[in-house]
Amino acid sequence: MSRAKLAKVMSVLEVKFIGDGDALEHIVDKQEGVQSNSGSVQKMVTFKSPAGRRARADAEHDGDENGLLDEQNYIQALGTEEDEEGMSRVAGSSIFTFQKVKRGHSMAQTASELARTPGKNVTFSTTPNVEPSTPTRTGNNHRGESRTPQRKKKVQFVSTTPHRLRKRLTTPSIRSDSDSELSPSDSGEEEDEDGVEEQQTFKKEDKENSKTPRTPSKGLSAALYKTPAKKSKSTPDQPSMVEEYFEAHGSSKVLTSDRTLERLHTPKLDRETLVQLLEGKPSCYSEEIQQLHNKHRKHFSKWMLQLQLGFSVLVYGLGSKKALLEDFRVSQLGQEIHLVVNGFFPSITLKSILNALTCEALEHQGSFRTPSDQIQYISQTLKDSPDLHVYLLIHNIDGLMLRGEKTQSALGQLASLPNLHLVASLDHINAPLVWDQFQQSQFNWLWWECVTFQHYAEETSYENSLLVQQTGALALSSLTHVLRSLTPNARGIFQLLVKFQLENKDNPSYTGLSFQDFYQRCREAFLVNSDLTLRTQLTEFRDHKLIRTRKGADGVEYLMVAVDASTLMDFLENEEGD
Amino acid sequence: MTTTSVSKGCFVFKPSAKKKKKTLSLEDHFTNGCEGADNSEIRFKLCQDLWHKIRADTEVLQDELNRKILDSLLDFTRKCSSTRQHSDWASQMRASEIPTAALVLGVNVPDHDMTFQSLSELLQQSVTPHVASVQAKECGALKHLMKRVLERLMDTVVTVDDEEEEETEQTSTQLHKSVHCSLSTLCDWYNAKTMKSKTGTPGKKRSSPVRDDPQQPPVVIIFKDLEAFNPKVLQDFILICSRYVERLPLMFIFGIATSPSTIQHMLPHSVSSLLCIELFQSLSCTQHLATVIDKLILTPQFPFKLNGKVMQVLMSIFLYHDFSVRNFIKGVQLALLEHFHSQPLSVLCCKKKEALLNVMQLSHHDLESIRHLLSFRRYVEKQEPQEQLNLFRDDTHLKEVCQKLIKDLRKYHKNYYPVLRCLHTLTSSLPRYPLGKQVRELHLICLEKNVWENEDYQTAMKLLKMLAKDELIASLQRCVEILQPVKSKKMKKALVELEELLAKFKQLDTVAAETLPCVEDCITSPVKNLQKKTDLFQLQKTLLEMNESRRAKKLSPFEVLRNEALEFIDGLVKSHLSPPESQTLNEVCYYSSSATVRRHLNATPRTSIQAALSSPYYYLQNESLKTEDGTVSNAAPDICIAYKLHLECGRLINLYDWLEAYATVVSAAEGNNPDSDNVRKVEEVKHARFIQAVSELEFLGFIKSTKQKTDHVARLTWGGC
Repeated sequence: MSRAKLAKVMSVLEVKFIGDGDALEHIVDKQEGVQSNSGSVQKMVTFKSPAGRRARADAEHDGDENGLLDEQNYIQALGTEEDEEGMSRVAGSSIFTFQKVKRGHSMAQTASELARTPGKNVTFSTTPNVEPSTPTRTGNNHRGESRTPQRKKKVQFVSTTPHRLRKRLTTPSIRSDSDSELSPSDSGEEEDEDGVEEQQTFKKEDKENSKTPRTPSKGLSAALYKTPAKKSKSTPDQPSMVEEYFEAHGSSKVLTSDRTLERLHTPKLDRETLVQLLEGKPSCYSEEIQQLHNKHRKHFSKWMLQLQLGFSVLVYGLGSKKALLEDFRVSQLGQEIHLVVNGFFPSITLKSILNALTCEALEHQGSFRTPSDQIQYISQTLKDSPDLHVYLLIHNIDGLMLRGEKTQSALGQLASLPNLHLVASLDHINAPLVWDQFQQSQFNWLWWECVTFQHYAEETSYENSLLVQQTGALALSSLTHVLRSLTPNARGIFQLLVKFQLENKDNPSYTGLSFQDFYQRCREAFLVNSDLTLRTQLTEFRDHKLIRTRKGADGVEYLMVAVDASTLMDFLENEEGD
Repeated sequence: MTTTSVSKGCFVFKPSAKKKKKTLSLEDHFTNGCEGADNSEIRFKLCQDLWHKIRADTEVLQDELNRKILDSLLDFTRKCSSTRQHSDWASQMRASEIPTAALVLGVNVPDHDMTFQSLSELLQQSVTPHVASVQAKECGALKHLMKRVLERLMDTVVTVDDEEEEETEQTSTQLHKSVHCSLSTLCDWYNAKTMKSKTGTPGKKRSSPVRDDPQQPPVVIIFKDLEAFNPKVLQDFILICSRYVERLPLMFIFGIATSPSTIQHMLPHSVSSLLCIELFQSLSCTQHLATVIDKLILTPQFPFKLNGKVMQVLMSIFLYHDFSVRNFIKGVQLALLEHFHSQPLSVLCCKKKEALLNVMQLSHHDLESIRHLLSFRRYVEKQEPQEQLNLFRDDTHLKEVCQKLIKDLRKYHKNYYPVLRCLHTLTSSLPRYPLGKQVRELHLICLEKNVWENEDYQTAMKLLKMLAKDELIASLQRCVEILQPVKSKKMKKALVELEELLAKFKQLDTVAAETLPCVEDCITSPVKNLQKKTDLFQLQKTLLEMNESRRAKKLSPFEVLRNEALEFIDGLVKSHLSPPESQTLNEVCYYSSSATVRRHLNATPRTSIQAALSSPYYYLQNESLKTEDGTVSNAAPDICIAYKLHLECGRLINLYDWLEAYATVVSAAEGNNPDSDNVRKVEEVKHARFIQAVSELEFLGFIKSTKQKTDHVARLTWGGC
């Protein structure tokens, strides 16, 4: 374009600075525009689930209509095409809902609802005795008991909420109830104060109501949760959405049952049995999963195209994407220099990634002082040889060890290099929060939804799940290895501590062996001759993370071995066996 | 070699040199996956050419836009370096301060890089060879900051660093001293450099033509992101620098994203008083975007177009997410790539000559796909039956028609944009902006449907009919200016008509001067009646009468002319601003899959995960998973069931209960009678599957283990079912 022409257009153009306020105004204008011209899209925003509807009512309660409007417009503006694809996906409102008070048995109930195939009634398999942990308020308990699915609850709530509140709770909730149930309570609720009698009359109505509109699950829930004695105490707080909200946030107490896994016949499985058991299980839907995989495979060459054009590919969606990316690697990257990083690996570090890049991929001898030097070297090398393409494949770029700001910004710097191509996967639901705008533009992501439904077998294999028995084999072998390298005296000192800890293993208030005490014992066993020697020794233990020290209330140091008792027993046995 | 290991997380693969095949080129990747592979090469070339052009144009645009602020910055630097040479008292005082330019750039951080890039290039070209830019991320400590600055200024990498490092390693207290040292090395270096240039060594490269050469070109240090710097580091650095300012003509440029007051927040008075700060404000990002849209989108120059929905998505990402023009361009790039990749007919999306050539080379297959285009079928329906038959049977005839249609499409674009701008100039100054403040908003409206059927358009027209003469004339004048450069028959005709209208308006002035008294008379007569005392009712009545009489009254010549002008504009709009969807063969140029763009640029991973968890049927099309809305079949994958159950819980979840519930569901799915005894104890396999599902949920971030209560996990999301 010629300079003169451009200048001409420039002169027509008015250039002025727009302050934040103006920009905001402008955006608001924009929204109105959007709303008025995209009537056809409107239905996208209607909240499908009742929960959503209630959330909406609640939002209006807070007088936050503006916010709601914004949200709607926002969804409209960005989600215009959902229906174009003919898919009904989860609306944002059903994902980001308010926290509600949960009743003890709702899970059991859902379970039995889920289990019920049509025409077949199922009772929940636990013993029917209800054992809630001590309730803080009686009201809670009542509602816990009498919870039948939504409908009845709403009738109750309509009958006793103050007039004001109820009026504000918008129509949707009322509409779902039948009008006849509404009318009697309407007459009564103006005078809330002279409660008792009225409440009793409501009680009756309640009971009647509760008989009539029961959902099919009636028999089951009645059998399970009938404790009529408590019912009479209950009325004053009926769950409206608002109250539920504040109740859920008000107390830090959470009511759950006290049952523990001890009640199972096999309380804990160890990792190996777990793997064995899972292997034996026939995988369901393998055909469909394979279909999904093949569907994603078709995009591989497009990924390559996009990668070479300077984008980075980021795959997300439910299911392990390791197999998919591995497939991509084998089929597309066979002829390229590439680097695979397991982001879920518990001891992956930025340094190891960079070292792999410089030492192995770029064949650089020598070390770097700081990661930023290393990155600078990488970018310089890649700049100098533009024909050299390096592909970086990161499984779980949101992995625990890679989440840090520094790591991500380093990766972003790498990704912004024109001949370093990045493919990554992402699983954590809040993972996108890791990046700020600047980093995102450095990464230059193109997002690809790849739902695979494959098990996260490898990704979760490192995790210490609550349910899996820790064998302690690792801890034991590391203990033995460290101890091997120490002097006999040092080993003696450690054994002394271990033995003392084992003697006290049944004592719940055992906080450790105090330093003075320990010193005394060591002297008696001719292991040390001064407390300085002992201290040096202890420092060494501490450096290897064998022991932990803690200052007691009296300011004295207490020493503990940070390994559980059974492992310590094994350790002692091993030592004596040698 | 596998990528699974318990001891290693990084695996490097290098292709063996022996069996190295030729790697696939960009074009091969394009061809491999795209629709209609036979003309993919041409399409790829077209796509690349267009993209390069777009990129080059945006860069030029960026430079143009930044020119003003960069020029003032350059002036500032020159002025600073020149004041140094004066010897009066004021400039002596001034000289002890470090001249600093605070450059407010706005929150669109991703765009800043480009600005700084061109800034430092310009500085190096015209003011001083000594420019160093630093980012906060590389300067965690004073040492690092110092090191970067020296490295970038002196172009020597290691030497400075090593000395410094050795000294600092000895004792930490010596840190200051060593840094001190290194800044004085900078001084020495600088002196040597300037001495050399004074003597004028011809072989020196970096001091490229310096016009108003001060013998001492300033040393400019650019802090790209001031907010991100550690205040302590910055303070120390400034303090140290101020000691050297007499020997070394230092100068700072601060890049600020938020507001100038950040400087006050970050630097105490004692430090900021060492600086002589001048504020520069860059162009706002919306303005920037408006220009980019103006040059890239609202022009017939680029054959590739975005349809309304895609534009809408890109605009929303800009307005609601990042304000980044760079990302907007990225979106355009993606759309461009997708269009050429997925639409075989995009081979016609190019310059007129090429397009006409390409039409002749279309294969039978391509022609078939033209016949299937929605817009083309609409076109066919309007033709005579014989013609219809010909279009469907005769390939050569179709090609000829296509050529004509392509020409028509080009003409449409040639007329569309000028008329759009005309309409915008007329409506953009109306109260409440019925058709938007920005031309892009009007463009969006026009893309969607016939703009003249829009309610806002009607209001705008009504408002225009009330416009005063001078305003109307001014905007019509601007319309004339817009239409002038357009080379299209219709627009030329329109231009002539418009000019005639304008001339009439001007004539009106002279005519009106003569007839004025009469007009004044008729208008003022009812007003005169009002001057005597009257009550409200009377007033209302007379006003109403006045109104009616006015309506009934014959229009003044100006009003007649105004209506004529507006009808003319209306006619232009109606004939040229029809939405592109109504044009035959619009699919060739318009990219329409906004869903694709949105999914790739503005994805919502959490929504996807939760959708998959709560309705697996959408992804796994197995009949047993089909359920009514909102529920999950009990045959669903384990993780879905576990997820559904966990939604029922509060902040803490009892693992035992969860397991029980899970086992109930699963055994029901397996067809066991849930009441029978053997289900009561949880089988090991189910236990294992449950463990897997739970740890997967933990991995996804829905729950985490907690020590608040034995055998409980904590929920990390709110809400439920």
